[in-house]
Order: sequence, then structure tokens, then C-alpha cells
Amino acid sequence: MQVLTPQQLRLKRLKYIAGRIAFYALVIAIVLFSVFPFYYAIVTSMQSSSELFEVSYWIDHFNWENYQAVMSQSSFVSSIGNSVLISTMVVAISILFGLTAAYALGRVEFKGRGPILAIVLGVSMFPQVAVLSGLFEVIRALNIYNNPLGLVFSYTIFTLPFTVWVLTTFMRQLPKELEEAAIVDGATPWVTIFKVFMPLLWPAMATTGLLAFIAAWNEFLFALTFTLTDDQRTVPVAIALISGGSAYELPWGIIMAASVIVTVPLVVLVLIFQRRIVSGLTAGAVKG
Amino acid sequence: MASVTLEKVKKSFGQVDIIKSVDLAIADGEFVVFVGPSGCGKSTLLRLIAGLEDATDGDILIDNHVVNALTPKERGIGMVFQSYALYPHMTVYENIAFGLELNRESKDTIEERVMSTARILQLEKLLKRKPKQLSGGQRQRVAMGRAMAREPSILLFDEPLSNLDAALRVQMRAEIKKLHERLASTMIYVTHDQVEAMTLADKIVVLNGGRVEQVGTPFELYETPATTFVATFIGSPKMNLLPAKVVATGSGQTTIVLPHAGELTVSVDSSKLQNGDQVQLGIRPEHLNFIAAGKGPDNSTEVQGLPVRNIEYLGNESFVYAGDDSMEEPFLARLPVPSRFIEGERVLLDIDPAHVHVFDSEGMALVRTEVEKSMAAQS
Repeated sequence: MQVLTPQQLRLKRLKYIAGRIAFYALVIAIVLFSVFPFYYAIVTSMQSSSELFEVSYWIDHFNWENYQAVMSQSSFVSSIGNSVLISTMVVAISILFGLTAAYALGRVEFKGRGPILAIVLGVSMFPQVAVLSGLFEVIRALNIYNNPLGLVFSYTIFTLPFTVWVLTTFMRQLPKELEEAAIVDGATPWVTIFKVFMPLLWPAMATTGLLAFIAAWNEFLFALTFTLTDDQRTVPVAIALISGGSAYELPWGIIMAASVIVTVPLVVLVLIFQRRIVSGLTAGAVKG
Repeated sequence: MASVTLEKVKKSFGQVDIIKSVDLAIADGEFVVFVGPSGCGKSTLLRLIAGLEDATDGDILIDNHVVNALTPKERGIGMVFQSYALYPHMTVYENIAFGLELNRESKDTIEERVMSTARILQLEKLLKRKPKQLSGGQRQRVAMGRAMAREPSILLFDEPLSNLDAALRVQMRAEIKKLHERLASTMIYVTHDQVEAMTLADKIVVLNGGRVEQVGTPFELYETPATTFVATFIGSPKMNLLPAKVVATGSGQTTIVLPHAGELTVSVDSSKLQNGDQVQLGIRPEHLNFIAAGKGPDNSTEVQGLPVRNIEYLGNESFVYAGDDSMEEPFLARLPVPSRFIEGERVLLDIDPAHVHVFDSEGMALVRTEVEKSMAAQS
């Protein structure tokens, strides 16, 4: 063994401490960078319009005025309702189609599986703007302009590809014998998907469902383009269109309060499903 | 209850022929074991009967009806998989009841059937557990229960015991045998373990390279193997094969000569062979004995004998291997302990002519006249 002098030992110790300090400094910096905007939104939402001009980093008093102002606007409340309805429908449709597509792509042998998966992924690469005009024509033709269904339709186009991909990957990992056991028991593919595979795919479904929900909940461009009236809007658009008393005033406090309000459902959802996701990942022991 | 008949069944995956024209008849209530080395097509054959694979050619008949186009359920089969394949999210009760529920049986019928199945398999106390809370043997029993609950006329087992430890395997083997006596349904069982095959089967089907090598009772396969493949595959440790030469052919008695043992007159029908033809002599390790060289049966003192390579002591017996460097595999004799031999000692073969098998140059067995006679007398 190499013998170290006391001096070398001290140097080693110093190096270690310096390393630790640098590590935690980095951690704090990263946390600050990622959390500060959200924190500042909350701080702002608690301040009145006049207070906004004083920079303050701490919540020293709770001022719920902005929240009251937002919630008293009936159009905002109805846009929350729209968002909940649309996002839930998007999730339900994505999971339903995703599961059935994943069964076909993951478990059924047929020619052209690879190309189909590639196309599915390729479609999701297009920027939203690229399909906007085409989609607008489709929505007009289907007569679902300024209708929640129009948004459900357009969001599903973008959430389905990753839903299909993730579920296909998970579906492939399920043992073949499980499916064969179901077939021997007399199960149709439909029964196999929903009674045997679906309960085992919970973690994957929770993950993809959550991502689809967040995507639909926060989407702005389509929501702005495909709706016309206040009562059909979703929250991102509604927030963007909140205006102050005059053309020269932006009611930041109210906008921030509205943002906090619409973020809460997401946080709650993530917390509910987080356990499912984590436990699902470890309990993936399908064998036996 | 149902009989199964295969007529010229073929199966290929792409260019590879896995099953090459198999004809087979399985009677109602029979316990048939498919046995063979890995890759011989035994599992594929089982899956063809189950309806999990479609035959490339040929007909599969159950109770004399062609079932090629029917689903596993319509064929009335139940199947136990190698990895059990229990539904992990369902309890034992739900696992067993699943097939019945899909069959739209009434709740009472389901309960009654599940309970009676559980009673037969001693699963009553485990009905509320999930598969992951069960041991290997318990999972195995649940898998059998799931296959039995619908009361299928044919039960298929795909290497069901290969995931269990040795002691449990012996126990489950006995339980399966008992189950067959109790249910009296047709059972088809796939294994690569010839001990399982010998102990369980009414009829063994030996498969090799996608072909049926021989079909027969365990006794028939052991006493009258049709080919060198069956001869070496059935029986453990496997049969010794020695090159030999025919010196006197005959329809009842044949005299052959072989190195290290001299001349031997055995009861096989060699009327199709000529004097001087090369044959292979098969002798099981339990029927082979060694004697110290120099005292050959015909006193041919010029015989040098074979060196003893090693001796394996097993407690109740010992395996003695003898052979020189030119031989791929040494000859093996099962001898009582304590063994009279030491490593390096030169020995000659002492072969009991009554237990000798003779195979022609193509590996096909010559008829053992004495054994055939005694078998005919028994039946």
C-alpha cells in the first residue's frame, strides 16, 4: 500500500471537500434555474397590480384578490371545463387506439410492421404549423370548427404516435405464452387486450396517458386557431387573452393566478399516478 | 375424452422444415409422451395439436374430425405451459375461473368447478393468492388447474416440470400420473427428460429431426429400440455401441465377432445380412461387465484389452469407463461397489448375449428373436 504523508492526506481531504461543495453548488444552480420561473409566477400571482413594480422575491403576505378575479370570470371557468373535457377525451382515445394499435404492431406478425411504425413516428416529427392549414380544412369539412371535438381530433393526431410507440414497446415485452394461455382459455384478441394485457400495461398507460394529458392541456396553437368564441376556448388561450382595463395594461397578477390555477390539476394528476408509474416499473415482473 | 390422429402433418417456418410428415394415432384416454433432443420438433408438434400453430400440410383429427381450422378452445384442449404463464394480476381463483368465465358459465358452475379443481390439486388454501406469492410447485399446480377447469377432452403439457427442482419434479411427476388415472382424459406430454417419459407414458413417441423415430410403450422402447438413435436416447446412462462384424448369419441366431470380447452368438434375425457385414452391437451399461485382460472368454491371450479410464463412485453402484485414445466415447459399465478395478488396469468386455442389440450399417435394429417371442407370449 502506498504510504501518504500527512501533507498529502490533507490535500486529499481538501480536494474531497472542494469537490462536494462544487457538486452541491451545481445542484442548487440547476434547481434554481428550473424552479425559479414557477416560483416567481406564484409570487406574482399574490401581488396586486401596484405591488408588481417593486421587485420582491418572498411571499410576505397572501393576497387572493387575483385568484378571486380570475374565478369570477365565467368564461375562464368554462374554459377550464373545456380543457378538462378535451384533455380527458384525448387521453381516453389515445389509450384506446394506442392499446389496440400496439397489440397489432407488437404481437401480430404481418408485412409492413416496420414501415408503419416508422411512419407513425415520422408523422409526429412535423411541426404543428406545417399541418395547421391542412388540418383546418379537415376540421372545416368535418364541421367541427369552434367545437371541442375539433381540438380532440387535432390533439389526438399528435398524442397517438408516442402512445403507440411506448405501448408497442411494452406490449412486446409481455411473454408470448401469456397470450397463448389466453387463447387456449378461449379469449378473443379483444378479451386478451383488455383483460390480460391492459392490467399488466398500467405503468405504461399511466405514463403515456399523463404525457398526452399534459400535451392536450397546455396546447396553444391549435386551440387558438380552431376556436372562435370565448365559451369554446381552452385555458392556455383563455389566459393569453386575459386583458386589462386598457390596451396599455397587462394584468400580470391575474394572468399568473390563472396559470397557477390551471397547473394545479396537472400536479395533482402527476402525484396520483406517480406511485403507479414507479411501482409499475419495479413490479414489471410478468414472469410466472 | 377424445382420440387424436395426425396424418402426414408438416410444418415449416420459412425454408426450415421443423416437422417432416408425421403420422400418429393417439387413442382416447392415453398418456402419450413426446420425447427427443432439443430442436427435434416435439414442442412444435404439441402446438400444432393445440392449434397455436397452423400445419403447413396434412390433417389433424380429433375424434375423427379434421380440426385444422378450429381454435384451441373449439378443439377442446387445455394446455400447461413451460413457464406456467399464469395471469399475474389475477388471483389463483380468477386464473382457474378465467376460461370458464369466457365460456359464459353460470356463477354457480364456475364456483363449483374451481372448488373441485382446487380440491384435486390441493389449492384450496391458496385461492386468494396472486401468482407471485406462490412457490414454483404451487404455480405449476395452478397452471394445471387452469388447464383442467374447463374439463377439456385433451390435456397438453409442454415441458411442465423443467422449471422445478429435482425433488419437486419427482413429486409432481407422481401427481400428474395420479391426475391422469383420476381424469382419464387423453394427455399429451412433451419433455426432453427420458426418465419423465419412461415413468409417465402409456406410449412414448421418440422424435428426431422432425420425424417420428419410434412409437411404443416404455418397455418396447427399452427392450427393442428400432434405431441406434432410440437405443442411445432411451436409458440412462446411454447404451454402449461397439463396431462388430457378422461371421454367421441366421434367422434365429447370429454369430458376430468384436474386438476385446471375441465371438458372440446372439438371438437376432440377420437373414438379410451377409457374412462379413459390418454391424453395431449395442449393450446397456447395466448388462456390460469387465474382466481383467489376459483371461478373455475365448482365452485369446494376444488380446491386450482396454485401459480403465476412470471410475465414478455413486454409492449404490459405480460407473466404470474403459477405452483407449482412439475411441470417441469409452465403454461404460454399471458395476456393484466396491469396484474390483483400478484406473489404468487393462480389461476385456464381458457381454451377456441375452441383452445384446444389433444394428445394421444404417443404424436400423435387427429383430431380437428371443425378446420378441417372450413379449408375444406376455400379451
